[in-house]
Amino acid sequence: MSNPVDADRESDQAALRAIIEAHRAMPGAMLPLLHAIQGQLGWVPAEVVPLISDALNVSRAEVQGVLDFYHDFRRAPAGRHVLQICRAESCQAMGSYRLEVQARDTLGISFHQTTADGALTLEPVYCLGNCACSPAIRIDDAIYGRMDPATLDALIGDLRDAQAPA
Amino acid sequence: MTRPASLRVLVPIDSSALSVGAERVAQAITREADRRGLSIDLVRNGSRGLFWLEPLVEVETPAGRIAYGPVLPTDVPDLFDAGFLSGRPHRLGHGLSDHIPYLAGQERLTFARMGLTDPLSLTDYRANGGFAGLDRALSMSGEELIREVTDAGLRGRGGAAFPTGVKWATVRQAEGRRKYVVCNADEGDSGTFSDRMLMEGDPYCLIEGMTIAALAVGATAGYIYTRSEYPHACRTLAAAIDRAREAGYLGADILGSGRAFDLEVRMGAGAYICGEETSLLESLEGKPGLVRFKPPLPAVAGLFGQPTVINNVISLATVPIILARGAAFYRDYGVGRSHGTLPFQLAGNIRHGGLVEKAFGLTLATLLYDYGGGSANGRSIRAVQVGGPLGAYVPESQFEVPLDYETYSRMGAMIGHGGIVAFDDTVDMARMARYAMEFCALESCGKCTPCRIGSRRGVEVIDRIIADQERAANLVLLESLCDTLECGSLCALGGMAPYPVRSALRHFPQDFGVETPVLS
Repeated sequence: MSNPVDADRESDQAALRAIIEAHRAMPGAMLPLLHAIQGQLGWVPAEVVPLISDALNVSRAEVQGVLDFYHDFRRAPAGRHVLQICRAESCQAMGSYRLEVQARDTLGISFHQTTADGALTLEPVYCLGNCACSPAIRIDDAIYGRMDPATLDALIGDLRDAQAPA
Repeated sequence: MTRPASLRVLVPIDSSALSVGAERVAQAITREADRRGLSIDLVRNGSRGLFWLEPLVEVETPAGRIAYGPVLPTDVPDLFDAGFLSGRPHRLGHGLSDHIPYLAGQERLTFARMGLTDPLSLTDYRANGGFAGLDRALSMSGEELIREVTDAGLRGRGGAAFPTGVKWATVRQAEGRRKYVVCNADEGDSGTFSDRMLMEGDPYCLIEGMTIAALAVGATAGYIYTRSEYPHACRTLAAAIDRAREAGYLGADILGSGRAFDLEVRMGAGAYICGEETSLLESLEGKPGLVRFKPPLPAVAGLFGQPTVINNVISLATVPIILARGAAFYRDYGVGRSHGTLPFQLAGNIRHGGLVEKAFGLTLATLLYDYGGGSANGRSIRAVQVGGPLGAYVPESQFEVPLDYETYSRMGAMIGHGGIVAFDDTVDMARMARYAMEFCALESCGKCTPCRIGSRRGVEVIDRIIADQERAANLVLLESLCDTLECGSLCALGGMAPYPVRSALRHFPQDFGVETPVLS
């Protein structure tokens, strides 16, 4: 899912064409289309910019401008899992900074980086709407509340083991 | 509600409840019931908003619902042994849910159904008062609908507190080939989760409110713009919209009235600024979320250049009860010009975090101590940020000030979307002030200079103050920079980022290394 889109790979090409076709007539299609592409490939490769530009009848610069503006869109592949740590005020009030430091130290990476084994990308997030159960983190689509260092350690361990190359 | 034959056990499907293990608890209950050969009806409801008790399991008994929480999967066999299916006592038991003081003391109007229903069940929704507002609205003219909402005194719950009826009247009168209703569900403020709860726990209420808004202004299409950080809310809304359409509540002919309105969910992409209404509209149009100049107002030229109602989730979800119970009923809650209720959200370092819907006019002290039970770790509460990352830090000396829009505004604070984040006495307010500027710099759309550049300079200036480099001169500079941001920014992001900074300086000067309050 996080491999670069391959011009020769029929499945990716066909999926992309289908996604673009499904969105082109939608009013304000840009964000839904980019989300759908990222959902399929895990990121938005530079190669798709001209395809979107053609389909939506906008300039490549406009597509690039949207990609660059929003924090969500990835212009490079992420790890197999994405770990987000909430940095917003409510989680800060409950010690999220400790979790930040712990994650960086355990993984040996900073925010916006991916571990060398490709297992995990670490990102900050600013509020998961889980503020009554702070501190909160998110792993892929799952949100975890009342996070503590021991649980975070266990979760990180599971993620790295789960899909380690055989 | 009709009582079904089998025993009803309720485990919330709200994402906060899920974040602390509600799914595993639900599975454990099903497994344990199977193992014991018991037939139960496991319902996944919305959260009652008592988040410190989540996962909160409720059992329906002839006397009412009995609550147990917080339940771990390992507690489940023990609950069965104790006879929780008949509502028997247990160390995790809280008795009748409705008698828990946290719930009993609330005035739940917008959140009246929260946690009582299966969020996607149209039958549950109707059985608990749902669509009564729409039924009445369909018999009224647009003018009458707008008068009702205006008379109720409803003001924008996103934070700006602009009268909803006035906004609607402008859209109704505006000329356009198509009109839109847009729901601002880009709830990015830390300490807030009421929009998320409502979308996950009572989605038809929002759909009903948007439909009534559409009838009032003559709109035929609507969008709910919510956050990518809310994956569960996105899925629930999409499913609710499909079911509402199938049942005739949305589409070309709403309930046979001949009126058309349809609705779609759109997901943002991690930009806080898209909670600003014009930035949100740009984003919906498929562009970077750059703030627009006003005028023209969105009411006149909004989405795709057409007249557009853009309201927060809570504003729209309050419309059904106003229509169902009448303007006077709603208007009678509250104080001064702050009519009705606000779902306050207790967060941060607080023992009993959750949702407290109350009429305007109560105090922070009531919320923090009577409801919140003080800090989570038992230390004293030193500062409270009210109204999200652009809201002021309120010190203990102001905990008795009544929470209404005008009173808060007079003290240089704002209620905003009702988020309340408590900090204990270990908080370093200079670091919180620095964070406010850092957040503004991260999330600035970049269109206006005061916000784009000023916030970056703000971080640097505060760093110098913390490091005691020409502290006095830098404090003067920070004040001047705050003036520039407040007076020169295009929208509330730059315009209000100084609120947390200035309030921190004013009330906690010692954290900045100065003895006397810094005047501003």
